[in-house]
Amino acid sequence: MSDAAKEEFGDPLSRPFWRAAERRQLVVQRCAACGRHQFYPRPFCLGCQSDRIEWVKASGTGTVYSQSRLHMSAGPGFEPPYVVAVVELDEGPRLVTNIVGGDCNIGDAVRVTWRDRVGAPPLPVFEPVRGGR
Amino acid sequence: MARSPSLDSAVYIAGVAETPLGKVVDQTELSMVALAAREALAEAGMTLKDVDGIFVNYMGEEGSVQVGEYLGIRPRYGDSTDVGGGSFEAFIHHAMLAIAAGRCEVALITYASRQRTRRGRQRQQAADTYTLNGQFEAPFGLLMPITHYALLAARRMHEFGITPAQMAEVAVAARRWAQLNPKAWSRDPLTVDDVLASPMISEPYRKLDCCLVTDGGGAVVVTTKARARDAAKPAIRVLGAGESHTQWHVSQVPDMTVSPGAIAARDAFGMAGIKAADVDVLEPYDNFTGAVLQHLEDLGFCGRGEAGAFVEGGRLAPGGGLPAMTQGGGLSYCHPGALGILLLIEAVRQLRGEAGERQVPGAKIAVAHGIGGMTHSASATVVLARE
Repeated sequence: MSDAAKEEFGDPLSRPFWRAAERRQLVVQRCAACGRHQFYPRPFCLGCQSDRIEWVKASGTGTVYSQSRLHMSAGPGFEPPYVVAVVELDEGPRLVTNIVGGDCNIGDAVRVTWRDRVGAPPLPVFEPVRGGR
Repeated sequence: MARSPSLDSAVYIAGVAETPLGKVVDQTELSMVALAAREALAEAGMTLKDVDGIFVNYMGEEGSVQVGEYLGIRPRYGDSTDVGGGSFEAFIHHAMLAIAAGRCEVALITYASRQRTRRGRQRQQAADTYTLNGQFEAPFGLLMPITHYALLAARRMHEFGITPAQMAEVAVAARRWAQLNPKAWSRDPLTVDDVLASPMISEPYRKLDCCLVTDGGGAVVVTTKARARDAAKPAIRVLGAGESHTQWHVSQVPDMTVSPGAIAARDAFGMAGIKAADVDVLEPYDNFTGAVLQHLEDLGFCGRGEAGAFVEGGRLAPGGGLPAMTQGGGLSYCHPGALGILLLIEAVRQLRGEAGERQVPGAKIAVAHGIGGMTHSASATVVLARE
């Protein structure tokens, strides 16, 4: 896929997220007025309604809020068993993701890593932080 | 709690009917709806010509318009609200207000699905990478909607020490009620061990933690006190209703152990002037075993985190302290994709005293509690009473 086509991935508000993903950087929106982080992107801060939102690099670390190991495939490309999780970033927002590279319990520390995809930007998935943080 | 100013005008359910259930090979969804509507209206002493309000969802886009055409209804009040499988409890809320405000007099709420026969109603994972779901959730392989509800159950287990065996108690209670209902799809004996031995699908949910996939539906007629006098069977008062919703995407669930049902129940119970202890029969939306634990806490039958212990010892089963899922529920009786209408129908039958072998003796107050969406996204609660 050409770079031009990749540029079109996502929607007008999310393109900065996917451009950063191409560089394997996890970014979220931060409000310069109130300091609140939010994800997925909105056109203004959902907390204080300020326009002063900016994309900032997230720490890439968080904790497992919930998870489920699947023993049945959700469709082509998903080979069970695999783990679907909700990870709470240290900045506050939560993401749906997969846990890779080892088992986790809810509450465990995880860090972002990236899964390459064909025809789409890399996908942020999370791996255990051994020994915690 | 502010009471609704409009409820000096009492509103009643004057007729209910199920569509054909289970595996329906000789009808369409629309013909099923027509059959149920005619039967429910007959209970109310009415015909299709009396209907001036229509409430339909999941029957194609502009549901009330399509079904209105099929039934020859030109309403004064139409509503195709989509808040998922609990839309029918929300429809009672909306119909109650519309009737109390004089905007319609005879409201028909109806639904039918042939999802088992057609295998068509599975919501497709949105692969469209323009949508938020297609970008941020679908690429991770959630099995819809089992993984969504499994994530809630896993968090509930983590926070409160709920066990799989406690969740299995819900499936066992539903099955014991189903054994008393000739129309129920699954009537074989079932134990907690059977549930725990069924195939794991999306941890912690096993096959028997999940609802059926069956054809079915129904119709409910809501009307004024004056019009309900013509009913062939006792009319059932709508005492209160409430609804709310919190989120669509899994990442946006504010707290996986509290659902919008807490707000819906607070409003419904407040309008009705009742508390949980006053409820004789509960019809909770049992799409998954753990969902019922959530409802019990949201409705105030037990404290936060206590529902696992609450359901032990057959509390929800026949002869238990809180009869719930009394027709067998979505787990063992019928789950036609959107279960909410069947919860209302069973609540009315229990309050009329016509539930046969599964009748809860002397039932005076029943609650139907519906939910919708992928992760307790939306809730609506209805309080019904025999006068």
